[in-house]
Amino acid sequence: MTTTPDHDHEDGHQAVPSDPALRVKALESLLVAKGLVDRAALDVLIDTYEHKIGPRNGARVVARAWTDPAYKQFLLSNADAAIAELGYGGMQGEHMVVVENTATIHNLVVCTLCSCYPWPVLGLPPVWYKSAPYRSRAVIDPRGVLREFGLELADGVEVRVWDSTAELRYLVLPERPAGTQSMSEGELATLVTRDAMIGVARITASHGDHA
Amino acid sequence: MNGIHDMGGMHGLGPIHEERNEPVFHHPWERRVFALRRAMGAWRRWNIDVSRHEVELVPAADYLRMSYYERQFSAFVVLLEKRGFITPAELESGTPVAGVPVAVPALSPDKAAELIAKGVPTSRDAPVAPRFRPGQRVRARNINPPGHTREPRYVRGKLGIIDRDHGVFVFPDTNAHFLGEKPQHVYSVRFAARELWGADAAPQDGVYVDLWDDHLEPA
Repeated sequence: MTTTPDHDHEDGHQAVPSDPALRVKALESLLVAKGLVDRAALDVLIDTYEHKIGPRNGARVVARAWTDPAYKQFLLSNADAAIAELGYGGMQGEHMVVVENTATIHNLVVCTLCSCYPWPVLGLPPVWYKSAPYRSRAVIDPRGVLREFGLELADGVEVRVWDSTAELRYLVLPERPAGTQSMSEGELATLVTRDAMIGVARITASHGDHA
Repeated sequence: MNGIHDMGGMHGLGPIHEERNEPVFHHPWERRVFALRRAMGAWRRWNIDVSRHEVELVPAADYLRMSYYERQFSAFVVLLEKRGFITPAELESGTPVAGVPVAVPALSPDKAAELIAKGVPTSRDAPVAPRFRPGQRVRARNINPPGHTREPRYVRGKLGIIDRDHGVFVFPDTNAHFLGEKPQHVYSVRFAARELWGADAAPQDGVYVDLWDDHLEPA
């Protein structure tokens, strides 16, 4: 896997000329002129997914499950209701499933056919999740993919890859890291990363979310 | 369809590139594409399966070359034309053709918030009995339809075990072609990695694929 140190609008990882910008603008103007689209509704949609819904939601769910055994059982058996209890749900998370990582089981989520992802708890997916390299290899070489993300699994660990081919949306419940007994639910939530909830990373007590 | 979108198990598509501190959108126009698709979807002149299939119809070479939002935009324009929302002439000129009725009302901000909060559930209460039960051995049917299917190529003909029954859902393979919802049970089916990929795969690993009754046969 390659990484870039930080986002740079000129990095050109997607070669996007001005053409799409102009074409999208023209289409939007046409749809507005026809009365088919209300720009205020577009603003609501954009603002929600750019600023309000993201992996912090999922991190709260995970931290609650780590600190409340009854909630964890509820989450694993009825994810929709348990996640709704924390106020999350809706578009592209209508039907949720939570899968638990343990010392012997590691779960990894992919959508090989498109880019299905649990929006209410993780927000919109990163580019790599939607990319051909990840979608093609996660099912045939999950251990190799995890290695590229810096995660080496012991031979004895069972890897379970979840291909989101239907409208079920999957969230990985990562293992609670050692040495966090004294941390509060709120503190624990700050440790939980997006990548760990997709299943391409583990969580350690020493670092927070960079993604 | 056996398209490029169905890429599970392929090699040669390059390294995974993870971007640190990735923004939600990389260009302002991506925001607009994202929101426009949702706002126009609210007219219910297509469904999520129709919309997905349109992306699959992007020619394979373009599909791989384009970014995610370029593909989405390309398919969206085609869908708008197919469903009669816009004409190529309007797209060319940028102005509505005289005489085209202006539809009202568009998705309002309140309705957009409601859409976000409630989503568009695809489970159905239809009294459809499951054809399989958890623990049962099944074979993924060997089908190669030219249209939409959510049964990926890499499981076709393979043996699996029903892991769990998720209940009754709309069937995308018909819904994507406006041929009805045909509600039926969806299961997570566990395929051993060795069944899918051969002896080099780890013996304990598995891939769980969500499949509908129509994708499966007893084994």
